[in-house]
Amino acid sequence: MIYREAGQFRTSYAADQALFPIRQDRLAVWAIIIFAFLVVPFLASEYLLRAILIPFVILAIAAIGLNILVGYCGQISLGSAAFMAVGAYASYDIAIHFPGLNLIVVFVLGGVCAAAAGILFGLPSLRIKGYYLAVATLAAQFFFDWLFIRIPWFTNYASSGSVSAPPLRMFGLRFDTPEARYLFCLSLLAIIALAAKNLVRGRIGRMWMATRDMDIAAEIIGIRPLRAKLSAFAVSSFVIGVSGALWAFVHLGSWEPLAFSIDRSFELLFMVVIGGLGSILGCFLGAAFITILPIFLNQLPGVLGIPLSTAMISHLEFMSFGALIVFFLIVEPQGLARLWSIFREKLRLWPFPH
Amino acid sequence: MARVLISGLFALLAMTATGFAQNEQFFPALVYRSGAYAPNGIPFANGFADYFNLVNQRDGGINGVKITTEECETGYATDRGVECYERLKGKGPTGAAMFVPLSTGITYALMEKAPGDKIPLLTSGYGRSESADGNVIPWSFPILGTYWDAGDIQIEYIAKELGGWDKLKGKKIADVYHDSPYGKEPIPVLQALAKQHGFEVELLPVTHPGVEQKATWLQIRQSKPDFVLLWGWGVMNSTALKEAAAVAYPREKMLGVWWAGAEADTVPAEDAAKGYKALALNPSGSNFPVHADVFKYLYDKNMGAADRKDVGNVLYNRGMINAMFAVEAVRTAQDKFGKKPLTGEQGRWGLENLDLTGDKLGKLGFAGLIKPLKVTCANHTGIATARVFQWDGKGWNFISDWIDSDQKLVRPMIEAEAKKYAGDKNLPTDSCKVS
Repeated sequence: MIYREAGQFRTSYAADQALFPIRQDRLAVWAIIIFAFLVVPFLASEYLLRAILIPFVILAIAAIGLNILVGYCGQISLGSAAFMAVGAYASYDIAIHFPGLNLIVVFVLGGVCAAAAGILFGLPSLRIKGYYLAVATLAAQFFFDWLFIRIPWFTNYASSGSVSAPPLRMFGLRFDTPEARYLFCLSLLAIIALAAKNLVRGRIGRMWMATRDMDIAAEIIGIRPLRAKLSAFAVSSFVIGVSGALWAFVHLGSWEPLAFSIDRSFELLFMVVIGGLGSILGCFLGAAFITILPIFLNQLPGVLGIPLSTAMISHLEFMSFGALIVFFLIVEPQGLARLWSIFREKLRLWPFPH
Repeated sequence: MARVLISGLFALLAMTATGFAQNEQFFPALVYRSGAYAPNGIPFANGFADYFNLVNQRDGGINGVKITTEECETGYATDRGVECYERLKGKGPTGAAMFVPLSTGITYALMEKAPGDKIPLLTSGYGRSESADGNVIPWSFPILGTYWDAGDIQIEYIAKELGGWDKLKGKKIADVYHDSPYGKEPIPVLQALAKQHGFEVELLPVTHPGVEQKATWLQIRQSKPDFVLLWGWGVMNSTALKEAAAVAYPREKMLGVWWAGAEADTVPAEDAAKGYKALALNPSGSNFPVHADVFKYLYDKNMGAADRKDVGNVLYNRGMINAMFAVEAVRTAQDKFGKKPLTGEQGRWGLENLDLTGDKLGKLGFAGLIKPLKVTCANHTGIATARVFQWDGKGWNFISDWIDSDQKLVRPMIEAEAKKYAGDKNLPTDSCKVS
C-alpha cells in the first residue's frame, strides 16, 4: 500500500538506470542521509558518537572494501586486517615525513599503498581458488604483522612499537570534537559507498561478477582474469586501507600491530558474510551487527537492572552473540541484506498478497 | 496550571535524583575477567573493588563522600577499552576522577583521549615510560615506577647477585618478552646498560597471547644465556616456566618483571616454577593491617569480591594499592577543593600532590606493602624501587632488599624520550611551570 511503484513511469534511460528507481526508496535513502548528517551529530551523546558510531562507520567502509573482493569478485581473503594495517602505517609514515600534507591526501596515499600490497598478495589468486586462496591471503596477515613489529622504520623508531597519530587538522580546521570526526568519517563512507555501488553496477563490476560466477565462462566471453581479479584486489584493498587509516587516526589515535590482528580479519569477513555477500547494504547491516550488537548485549543486563558479575556478563555476551550469528545464518544463509529484500518484496504486495 | 504543576514535579524529581547522587565519587574500573589475561586481571580487579568497598564500609567513604564504581570488561583489547572509557568517563555527579587501564595498549590509546577530557590515568608500574616526566605528560601517573625502571632494577639485581657491575662483562642475558608495547618498552634501557657494562642482550619476542613458546626455549637451550629476563603477562608467564623446565633451563636464573611475579603465574606451572625469581612492587600475603579490615568489614559479611583464600595474592594486593592511590589522591585534592565529589582535573591535582608518608601508610594499614612516596608535578613515579622475591613452590619469599632504579641513567632517557614525544605531538615541555 505504502510501498508501491504503480504510476511511476521511467521515461528516460537515465531514470531507468537510476540507483534507486523506486521513488519511496529514493526518499528513504535521502531521509537516512539527511538524518545521519544533520540530525545525529546534534542528538547523539559523546559516548554514542565516539564509542559506537565512529567505529561502526569506519568498519562499514572496511566491509564495503572486503565485499567488493569477496562478495562481487568471489575471491576469499583473510588478510583484510593486514591491508587496514598497511593503510594505517603508510598514512602514519607519510604524515610524519611530510607534516604539511593535507590529511585527505595522506589517507588516499595510504589507500594507494594498501592497494599495491593488495595487488601483490592478490597475485596467487590467478592460480589458486577458494580455500587455497584464503590460506594464501592469510600470509599477508602474518607478513604485515611481522613487518610492522620488526622493522622499526615503519614505526618511526618508537621504542615500544606503538605509534600515535598526529593531530587531525585539515583545511585549517581541527577535527577534535566527536561530531567533527563523525561527520568526516561519514562523508568518506558516503563517497565510498556511492562509488562502490556505481562501480559494481558498471562494466568493471560485471566483470568481477562474471569472474565470481564462473571464471572459465568469463574468460571465454573475453574477460581477462588477471585484470578482473587484480583490479578487485586493488579497489578492495584501497578502500580497506583508507578505513585502516581512519581506524588508526580517527578512532584509536595510538595503535600497535595488535589493533590489526587476525581477529579483525575474521571480524570483517563475518560482517560481509552475515550482512550479505555481494550487497552494499549488507556491509552496513553486517558492520552494525558485529560492532554494535556485542556492546549492546554487554550493557543489556545493566540497563534492565539485572545484577550480574562482570565476568558473567561478558561470558553471556559471547554466548548470545554466537547464538545470534548461528540463528541468522540458519534463518537466512544469504545474509541480512537478503532478509531485507525478502521483506521488501512482501511489502510491495502488502496488504494484498497473491 | 496542570502544566506548571507537572513541570514543578519534574523539577523536584530531578532535584532529588541529583540529591541522591550528589555526594558520590565515581571511580571507573576497566577490568578483564575473561580472555587470555584473565588469570592476572581477576585478582587485580578484586583487590581494586574490595578496597573501594572497604573505604565505604569502614569510613563511610572519603571524608563522607561515598565511592561508587562500575566495572567494564575490556578483555585486554584496546578497542573495547576505548569503548569502556567512553562509556564510563561521564558517570557519577562529576565524572570519572581517574582511570586505571591495567593494559599498556589501552593506556597508549587513552593517553590520546584523556588529556582532552581532563581525566588523569593512574598507570602504576606500567604505561608509557616517558610519562614519568610530568612536564610533558601531565595526565599520566606511573606511580611506583616505569618499565624502564623495572629493566634497570633487573640488571642491578643481576649485577648484585654476580658480585659487582664488572662481573657483568661478557655475560649473556636473554630477554623473553611479550611482543607488544609492554614487552618492548624496556629494550632501550637494557641495551643502554648492555653497552655500558659490556654484556650482551638476546631479544626473544613471544607473540600474543604467549602460549606458543617452544621455538623460543629451544633457542635458549642452544645459546645458553647466563640469565633470562621474563617480560610476560597472563598465560605467557606460566607457559614460559613450563617450557623452561622442559629444556631444563634453571629457574633460579630466570628473573621476571613485576608483572611476571604473581601466584597466577607460578601456581599453574606447578613444580616448574620452583626457584623462579621476580621483581616485586609489593609483597604477597594477607597479614598486613589493611587485610584485617578487609576480612572484618567485607569477607566476614560476605561482601568480598574474591574468594577468601585469594585475598593477599600479589596482584590482589596491587589492586588494593592502586585503589588506595586513587582514594588518597582524591582525599588530598579534597583538602584543596572541598569535601565533595571531584572532577578529573581535581583528581589530577590530587595525584600530583600525593604524599604518602610512612605515618600515613601506617594509618591506612599499608605499612610494609609499599615504601613511602611523594609524587611531584615533574616526577610522576614518586619512587622507583622494587625487591626481588623467589617462589619456593608454595609462596613468594624475599631474597633482596629494596633496589632503587638508577635515576642517573633512567631519568635523562625519560626526559629525552618525553621531549621527542612533545615534538611529535606539539606539546609544551614545561607544564609544571605554568600551573
